[in-house]
Parts: sequence; C-alpha cells; structure tokens
Amino acid sequence: MAEPFLIGEKMTGGYGAADILHDCTLAVEKGQIAVIVGPNGAGKSTAMKAVFGMLKLRGGHVRLDGEDITQLSPQDRVRKGMGFVPQVNNVFPSLSVEENLEMGAFIRSDNFKDTMEQVYHLFPILKDKRHQPAGELSGGQRQQVAVGRALMTQPKVLMLDEPTAGVSPIVMDELFDRIIEVARTGISILMVEQNARQALEIADQGYVLVQGRNRYTDTGKALMADPEVRRTFLGG
Amino acid sequence: MDFLNALVAFLNFVFIPATAYGAQLALGALGATLIYGILRFSNFAHGDTMAFGTAIVILGTWWLQSHGISFGPLPTALLALPFGIAVTAVLVLATDRMVYRYYRRVRAKPVIIVIASMGVMFVMSGITRFVIGVEEIKFSDGVKFIIDPNAFKAATGLSEGLALRGTQLITVVTAAIVVAALFWFLNKTRTGKSMRAFSDNEDLALLSGINPERVVQITWIIASGLAVIAGTLYGLDKTYKAFNYFSLLLPIFAAAVVGGLGNPLGAIAGGFLVAYSEVGVTYAWKKVATYLLPESLAPDGLMQIISTEYKFSVSFAILILVLLFKPTGIFKGKSV
Repeated sequence: MAEPFLIGEKMTGGYGAADILHDCTLAVEKGQIAVIVGPNGAGKSTAMKAVFGMLKLRGGHVRLDGEDITQLSPQDRVRKGMGFVPQVNNVFPSLSVEENLEMGAFIRSDNFKDTMEQVYHLFPILKDKRHQPAGELSGGQRQQVAVGRALMTQPKVLMLDEPTAGVSPIVMDELFDRIIEVARTGISILMVEQNARQALEIADQGYVLVQGRNRYTDTGKALMADPEVRRTFLGG
Repeated sequence: MDFLNALVAFLNFVFIPATAYGAQLALGALGATLIYGILRFSNFAHGDTMAFGTAIVILGTWWLQSHGISFGPLPTALLALPFGIAVTAVLVLATDRMVYRYYRRVRAKPVIIVIASMGVMFVMSGITRFVIGVEEIKFSDGVKFIIDPNAFKAATGLSEGLALRGTQLITVVTAAIVVAALFWFLNKTRTGKSMRAFSDNEDLALLSGINPERVVQITWIIASGLAVIAGTLYGLDKTYKAFNYFSLLLPIFAAAVVGGLGNPLGAIAGGFLVAYSEVGVTYAWKKVATYLLPESLAPDGLMQIISTEYKFSVSFAILILVLLFKPTGIFKGKSV
C-alpha cells in the first residue's frame, strides 16, 4: 500500500523532560478525514501539535506527500501546505472577518479573492459579517472564521484542534457538515475531537489514544462498532 | 460683552493652549501605545526618544538656517523633521538590536523589558545632553501669530485679546495629518493590518506567516517618527529643554492608559483628556468668573485648583483613577 499523504510515524516527545507521546502514529489519506479521540490527558492535542511541528520530537518522523518535514518549523509547514486551527485564540479579535481572512493569506503573493469567495461560499454567514470584528462574533461563527483563515493558504492538509469545543450541538453538526464539504474538495483533514461519537461517524480513519500511545486504530465505522471501544470510550 | 470677554479669555488661556498640548500628548501617546501593542511593554525611553529626535531636528534646523534656507512662514524645523526622524529611527533600531531583541528571544517578562527600557532611557538622555546640552533652546521661526492679541482687541473692541500662535496651529494641523496617515496605514495597508494582527494574537500571526522581526522593526520606525514629530511640535510650541521631555513621560502614559493601552484611537482621546484636565485644573479661573458672575459674587481668590508647579499630579490622579476603576481604559485596550 502506498504511504498516506500525511503521516506522523512513531512520534516520541514532549514539552519538557518527560515524554508525552510514545511511538504514536497518525496518518491521513488525501481528501479523507482522520479523527483523534481519547480520554482527557491522552495527548490528543499534543500528538497533533507534534505533526504540525510545535513540539520537539525525540523519535519518529513526519512526512508530507513523501517528503520528510520533521525538522521544519510550523511556519515552514504552513508554506508546505499545512493549515492549522488552534483550539483557542484562533482568530484576530479586533480585526474584521475579512481582515482575518486576508491575514490567513498573508504568505500568498497571488490574488486570493477567489479563495475568499470560496470561504464565503462555504460559510455564508461570514460574508454577511465580513466588516464586523471577529471578536464580536458568536463561538460557532468564530470557529468558522478560524477555519476560513486556515483555508486561505489553500492548504493540502487542514488540522483542527477541537473545532467544536464550546459550541452548541446544532452548531456542532453544522460545523461537521462543513468539514465534510472541505474534505470533498480534496483537502485532507486531521482533527482532535472531544465529541468522539459524532466525530467518528464522519471519520474515514479513527485513532484512539491513551496516555500518548495508539490504543485502537481503525476506520471510524469499525471503531464505532467495536464493543470494547464503545464500552471504554463512547459510554456504551 | 462680558460674556464674549469670558469666552475669549477661556479660548485664549484654556482651549487653544490645551488643544495644542493635547495634540502633542496624543502623538506621544500614539507612539507609546503602538510599542505596547506590538512589543508588549511600556517604553520608558519614549520621552527621551522625543528629546533626542528633537535635538537632531534642532541641529538640522541650525544647519539649514546657516545655509540661508527657510520654510517661508512655517518653522524651518519642519524641513528638518525627516532628517531627525531618520537619525532617531536608526538609533532606536540599533537599540532594539542591542537590547530588546535579546529579551524577546529569551521571552522575558514585560516587567523585565520595562526595566531594560529605563536603562535605555538613561543612556538616551545622556546622549541627548551630550549632543545638544541642557540649556533651554528656542528654535521656532516663521510667523509668530496667526491671530495677534492686540490686533484682535482693536478689531473687536473687547478688552480680552485672543492669541493664536503659528506653532499652535501647526501643531494641530500636523497632528491631524499624521494621525490620518497612521490610521490609513494601520487599516488599509497589508503591513499595517499585519501589525494589528500581531498585536491581537501573536501566535496566530506567526502561524499566518507574519514575520515578527519585520513587524517589530516597522513599529520602531513609526514610533520614532511619532516621537520626533511630537517632540518637535512640543519644542516649537514651548521651548526645547531635554529634561522637559522626561517629565512628559507621565502625561503621555496617563493618556495612553486612559484611552486603553494598545488602542491608537484611545491614545488620541486620552491625550486630549489629559491636556484639558491639566490645563483646566491649573488655570486661574478668576478672570473668566469675574466676567460671568455679578459683582457681588466676584471671587476673592485666583480660583486655581492647584498651582502649575503641581500639574503632573493631574496625570498621576488620572492614571490611578483609571487603573482602579477601568483598567482597560475608555476604549477597549489591554489591561496593564
């Protein structure tokens, strides 16, 4: 089988002396959705940050489209085609929605008006609010701005850290729908989710992490069907 | 007639001087607030940056004058401004390279950088005194009065004269132009927007590919420009004395904090608020009151709340009140 589009292979590392990740592997195929779930403190966000280069790895590699990017800084990975949406503080609050999107496209020297139209097409509410400061929007709308900002670089991979944290269930469903739509355009999605059940439903690939290690890895459907996973992680 | 006299006295002694002073404070506070927003520390060296820049402008003015160059009715100093800004920007950028960059690299706490900026302040004030000395210097030339008080009296028949000095008008007009240009830059250009983005959310700015060192450099250059313009206008309006700029630090920070640190609009509002308060509290209102009140109620004292020697206590009081009751300032700024 050919190698996945993005893979963090056998990643070991942490922020300080102690390792948080142990031989952890995450991968996502082109245009597919991979979801990382697990209990609190399992190192889900840490694992994703490791893939994005926000964490020094003591072991393992990250490869994007066959190229080893383990040594690149997060900024350089953005230039290589990775988009990252942090969990919190993911917009510029005093900048308008449109300016947020413009800043997303900061590294682009070409005309990004088309991309901006695509983002507005994906999130119509943002077009209505494009002159409003992002800090004044609701939580769900702010997440849309955050995702839109990351899409402005036209990434090949979009990484989302708990995109539905703190939004209502209705907004959550809507966000998941949008994320599926983004994946359909050929962008690979790697996301960490607290709402494991809903996330696995839309996932092509699911990773259950426990204490920084891969515990279960399978398709989203298979994990949902696995009684062991259901009992221990999905509440029955 | 008495009412008109009162109004003229008010305009002459309170409104016009305070407006000019407010514009100077606003420009100073804009520089300080920009540095706070981007570099996240209160730059104690800002007053002495103003003093240094103005000293260079004065040197440039003398050089121009010695070559017989003048700016017609406008002060020659305005012609020397670009030179002063350029030299100051070079000094400030060199300071950043030698001092502040290290503290950014080690991610020092803001309070440590503030203390470092006090060191920079001492060095800079030393350089300034070395370059131009400690004496009072008058370097204003060009038209002295737009409205001459004696001519005003003769023309209107009022007993109060109204004076509008050339430097006061130039101060306000220059400040308006500079502020308009700054806001255009911050709101319309890509670089300006990236500065605001960096001020808003540094980590996300990095993720978006905004180069922090470049943002910092541009901030220093703009802050130098604002400092030199504010300092020169202040020197033209009053006189130049290196020490006065150090004392300006307090009203400037009071203005920036009142308006909301990091918020440019707030810095302008704060500048005028502090200026009007300071002049209003230290002005002897006896003259205005005598015109307005019937003779039986005429005040005995000067009706001066505090004497001008204590004018800086006004800034102190404002600063403390704001920090106690509204730490983020009038406009949405960062809390200290």
